[in-house]
Amino acid sequence: MHILVCGGTGCHASSSNLLLENLKEQVDENELSGEVQVIATGCFGFCEKGPIVKMVPDNTFYTQVKPADATEIIQEHAIKGRQVTRLLYKDPVNKETISDSRKMGFYKKQIRIALRNCGLINPENIDEYIAADGYIALGTVLSGMTAEQATKVMIDSGLRGRGGGGFPTGIKWDIARKVEADQKYVVCNADEGDPGAFMDRSILEGDPHSVIEAMIINGYCIGADHGLVYIRAEYPLAIERLKIALNQAREYGLLGKDILGSGFNFEIEIRYGAGAFVCGEETALIHSMEGHRGEPTFKPPFPAQSGYLGKPTNVNNVETFANIPVIFNKGAEWFASIGTEKSKGTKVFALAGKINNVGLIEVPMGTTLREVIFEIGGGIKDGKKFKAVQTGGPSGGCLTEKHLDTPIDFDNLLASGSMMGSGGMIVMDEDDCMVSVARFYLDFTVEESCGKCTPCRVGNKRLYEILDTISKGKGTHKDLDKLRNLGDVIKDTSLCGLGQTSPNPVLSTMDNFWDEYIAHIEDHRCPAGQCKELIHYTVVEENCVGCTACARNCPVNCIAGERKEIHFIDQSICIKCGACLEKCKFNAISVS
Amino acid sequence: MKKVKSLADLKKMKEQFQSNINLREKSEHPEGLVQVKVAMATCGIASGAKDVMDFMITNLEKRNIDAIVTQTGCMGYCYAEPTIEIRLPGQDPVVYGYVDVKKADEIIEKHIRQGELVDGIIPINYETI
Amino acid sequence: MGKLKVKIDNKLIEVEQGTTILEAAKKLSVEIPTLCYMNLGDMNIEHKPGGCRICVVEVEGRRNLAPSCATDCHDGMEVKTHSIRVLNARRTVLELMLSDHPFDCLICAKSGNCDLQSTAIKLGIREIQYQGEKSTYKPDLSPAILRDMDKCIMCRRCEKMCNEVQTVGVLSGIYRGFEAVVAPAFERDLDHSECTYCGQCVAVCPTAALTEVDHTNQVLRALADPSKTVVVQTAPAVRAALGEEFGMEPGTLVTGKMVAALRQLEFDYVFDTDFAADLTIMEEGAEILGRLNRHLSGDKSVKLPILTSCCPGWVSFFEHHFTDLLDVPSTARSPQQMFGAIAKTYFADKIQKNRKDIVVVSIMPCVAKKYECTREEFSVDGNPDVDFSISTRELANLIKRANIDFNKLPDEEFDAPMGESTGAGVIFGTTGGVIEAATRSAYEMHTGKTLEKVDFDQLRGWEGIRQATVDFDGFQLKIGIAHGLGNARKLLDDVRSGKSEFHAIEIMACPGGCIGGGGQPLHHGNSAILKARQKAIYREDANKPLRKSHENPSIIKLYEEFLGKPLGEKAHKLLHTKYFRRGNIICIEPDVREAESI
Repeated sequence: MHILVCGGTGCHASSSNLLLENLKEQVDENELSGEVQVIATGCFGFCEKGPIVKMVPDNTFYTQVKPADATEIIQEHAIKGRQVTRLLYKDPVNKETISDSRKMGFYKKQIRIALRNCGLINPENIDEYIAADGYIALGTVLSGMTAEQATKVMIDSGLRGRGGGGFPTGIKWDIARKVEADQKYVVCNADEGDPGAFMDRSILEGDPHSVIEAMIINGYCIGADHGLVYIRAEYPLAIERLKIALNQAREYGLLGKDILGSGFNFEIEIRYGAGAFVCGEETALIHSMEGHRGEPTFKPPFPAQSGYLGKPTNVNNVETFANIPVIFNKGAEWFASIGTEKSKGTKVFALAGKINNVGLIEVPMGTTLREVIFEIGGGIKDGKKFKAVQTGGPSGGCLTEKHLDTPIDFDNLLASGSMMGSGGMIVMDEDDCMVSVARFYLDFTVEESCGKCTPCRVGNKRLYEILDTISKGKGTHKDLDKLRNLGDVIKDTSLCGLGQTSPNPVLSTMDNFWDEYIAHIEDHRCPAGQCKELIHYTVVEENCVGCTACARNCPVNCIAGERKEIHFIDQSICIKCGACLEKCKFNAISVS
Repeated sequence: MKKVKSLADLKKMKEQFQSNINLREKSEHPEGLVQVKVAMATCGIASGAKDVMDFMITNLEKRNIDAIVTQTGCMGYCYAEPTIEIRLPGQDPVVYGYVDVKKADEIIEKHIRQGELVDGIIPINYETI
Repeated sequence: MGKLKVKIDNKLIEVEQGTTILEAAKKLSVEIPTLCYMNLGDMNIEHKPGGCRICVVEVEGRRNLAPSCATDCHDGMEVKTHSIRVLNARRTVLELMLSDHPFDCLICAKSGNCDLQSTAIKLGIREIQYQGEKSTYKPDLSPAILRDMDKCIMCRRCEKMCNEVQTVGVLSGIYRGFEAVVAPAFERDLDHSECTYCGQCVAVCPTAALTEVDHTNQVLRALADPSKTVVVQTAPAVRAALGEEFGMEPGTLVTGKMVAALRQLEFDYVFDTDFAADLTIMEEGAEILGRLNRHLSGDKSVKLPILTSCCPGWVSFFEHHFTDLLDVPSTARSPQQMFGAIAKTYFADKIQKNRKDIVVVSIMPCVAKKYECTREEFSVDGNPDVDFSISTRELANLIKRANIDFNKLPDEEFDAPMGESTGAGVIFGTTGGVIEAATRSAYEMHTGKTLEKVDFDQLRGWEGIRQATVDFDGFQLKIGIAHGLGNARKLLDDVRSGKSEFHAIEIMACPGGCIGGGGQPLHHGNSAILKARQKAIYREDANKPLRKSHENPSIIKLYEEFLGKPLGEKAHKLLHTKYFRRGNIICIEPDVREAESI
């Protein structure tokens, strides 16, 4: 028997380490070491009910276990084989106790549809993909459905584009299908550019065939025989796996002429992007593929009317495509049964920032931010306080405590002043300064703006400069007015989605953390202690023993003081690196 | 390689491949195959998954353990890369995080050889459709 | 398709499907300010990248503001062009643009003629709230065009002209975000690019980011130097546009006043490039006939069609892009260079001066001419045939600096002998003119008959590519005409692939020909101005007593006294040239900016 004890930060903070020791002690005392092993594991992601203990192989799941419970678990469960009922998880709705972790609601919080094969199959072996229902959807569509019928399945599924805009995929296909042209194109947007988002890369690396299969179905639906994958050259592994997958599909006749005897032809080629964020915008992407500067153009005309080389083109992103084979295999109703009223299915998020379980997760639409951050994500690092979560990357906004119980879907996020974006989720704790956060994102948009339209080219630069001034404690109240007006005008006048959303981080942090802005301006103080220009390291005289550790580690030699004498920091030289604070063992350095 | 000509062909192939995989997954024989999957996405590789995979392949062979080592995509536990999944015949898979060569050695000796779990297990917290 | 009912600023209008808000507003006399937008309707050049965002308007029910230049009307649309939301946005956007622009209006070359400045005046900007870092770029001084990209507002009009209209492909957007700017690839200098110096970028630039290199001070110094005899020549298109700089209606002919002004500026001899144009016809006409006759008599070594070669932008273009066709164009030098060569030989002898003591200045509607006169083959022992070429705009500036009230000047005549010209020389200034002039003379030389009707209407017009067949007493001469290098490229591609059926082709680099040259008074996107200039050119031609180049008495005398016969030995040496294979320039050097920063 194995006893798994959660060793994640959340449980650790609730003394799971003591629990682990007690359990081991009990095992030894009862001379069970030959049969029972006590093992520390990673976070179960259920920190709210921690510490967690799981018994293997019967999968009994104990929650909120205290160190003192160790004896009972060993005596009752390990020796006598009886579950300790009081430690079992109680379903919050029907109050029933559930012992098997696999039957617990928590484990259904993550459902992997787009990521279904990632971590399951070998992405470089088409046979494994076929074994996992691969290309069955394509076969079904090609052998028994008209383009119109297949498109209807897409419309009925309610799938919305996962690249950020959230436009209904089926309707997009239907528009492209209805346009008459001698040539049409299917484009897969694999130009994932949000800082911290990498779900598209992971899908292409872990399950490239699902994207290929969906693109062929897309081609059949809209009447295109040519597909292009626009992928950034910084994704070499994804490119390599995609190439292998394309070759395998060609060898099996799943790509090329007369696919599965249906008479339908489809070919896919790869186009490389140079990693410009704006090329995720579909018109800019198309221009880049055509060999032009990656700049957006005014819509209409939409790509469905005039896209790549002036021909009707349907552009969807990787995650969107990855959902599609499953929709055909399991049915539109099945897909539509997952999620919220207007946002169906699941969404992949890249969890990052001050969160324990940094990684990729996939949850049904309608999951709350609280569930994502505190249950799946394992809560905030080092037991700190949650402050905000940034969704939607540089186009999104910062959401706070009050938004934690909002069900995540396209419309709710938009209504809260942020957006879904491509699914980046950066969690911030009490040590994060919101002015700096806004400045960080603006720095990104300034860098990534294509420079075509004035508000985005110059406006974002000015926003950045004002934020920079404020973070240095040199801002004025007038700067806040300027930020607001400039932010509104940039949103109102920019040409493409990049500029229309770039002020969101500023505007949402101003809405939600007004006090922090005021503190920077009126008190010349950074409440989170992050803005270098506004913090000072000083020696706490009563604690200083004169050990010289700080002076020896100061990279700019700005700390003076003899041995066993109180030290002094020269503020005019200090670069605020924090080395002194780190090295001092006597709490004799303070930050203000 | 022969071309797949129709949906029926494809379904036949699926049955065949699936039973192949099932055979090695649900082997009735005690000497059945051990399956090791190494998450080899960019995040894994960047954290050293290649070394772990090489180690696994050479050492399982050296130590005469009948095992299949395959690569797979990102399991989602990027905070704990490299991650590997061990599936002993007839048992549920177990995922380990922060696997380095030393850990891999421990996993081979204790988990794979003796069926004893070792520290560093990451509970699977999602459901795949 | 039915008409659309649209309400703009509470005024109703019915428009056709496909009408933009900007166009609909214009019909209602609502003048929405624009900056990047440019419409040269007569030449089919429309530029609406929707980049400047100055023309934004509020559309009822729309989430954000719409750029009126690029947004089509829809039925029932309600538009507000001056709501407080629009005014604030427009003002903020302009302030942003100004915040990244040098504040040197007082000394700027474009002051008073700058679209950015006039928009700031129109919007009543008195303060720039959003100040910050300004983008700076290295200045680029080529022989003809000065690029000062600190003043670029990214309207991309130059890019439109360079890439789509001229298909030269030198200028395009580079870098991203705040650093974004229009430049040759890798931010090379124009001098190290395939630039033809056609100057169409200069002609459309709303600010002083692109201007011609100013040579007025050199000219003033030469005029002040008592040891120099300063000879000036004026190109045909100048007289049809110079008046605009002094408030006259477009299309006013100011030949006489221009001559008077040049005299007041104390040029020693005021001559006319039209004289040299007549000379060009003598040489080029003879060359056309020679090649035609040899070709018709079965000499396969002679290539047809023959292409005109009087436009320096065009010459650079084929030297870069059609290096395999260098033997196709006529070898005749341009009128500017023929003039220089004759002035510093024939005329120098006449006034008994050494060529080193003569300074030849040309007044050109063109910026490429500045580059042309620096070409090595057009100099003798380092002394150029033409010393300085200044634009129509620069001449206007010189006249103003000399305190001359241009409007009140009397009409004066050119000096002899190089001031005498025919109507054929005048029409060099417009598209179709060179070939018409050549046809007039070639017809008479070929047939030995007198041409009854000298106006060849079939050669005139505005279409980018035109063709006509002229009856040469039984022989059908097929003529092609292209203006704008993009159109030229199409004809050249046909020549290259052997599809071209023309015997002779006239090409001018600028849309409209020299009247639309890069050195002319700015048209600010109004193509009606170009049309008026063209009419003036034909009017000047019609009023000339002599209309055929070979009838010009001074030309006849020049051949008798000096040159001998067309294509003769002396003519060949002084009036003809050769072309160079320049090809595609790819410079792979370390980035200059990086090197500087190290």
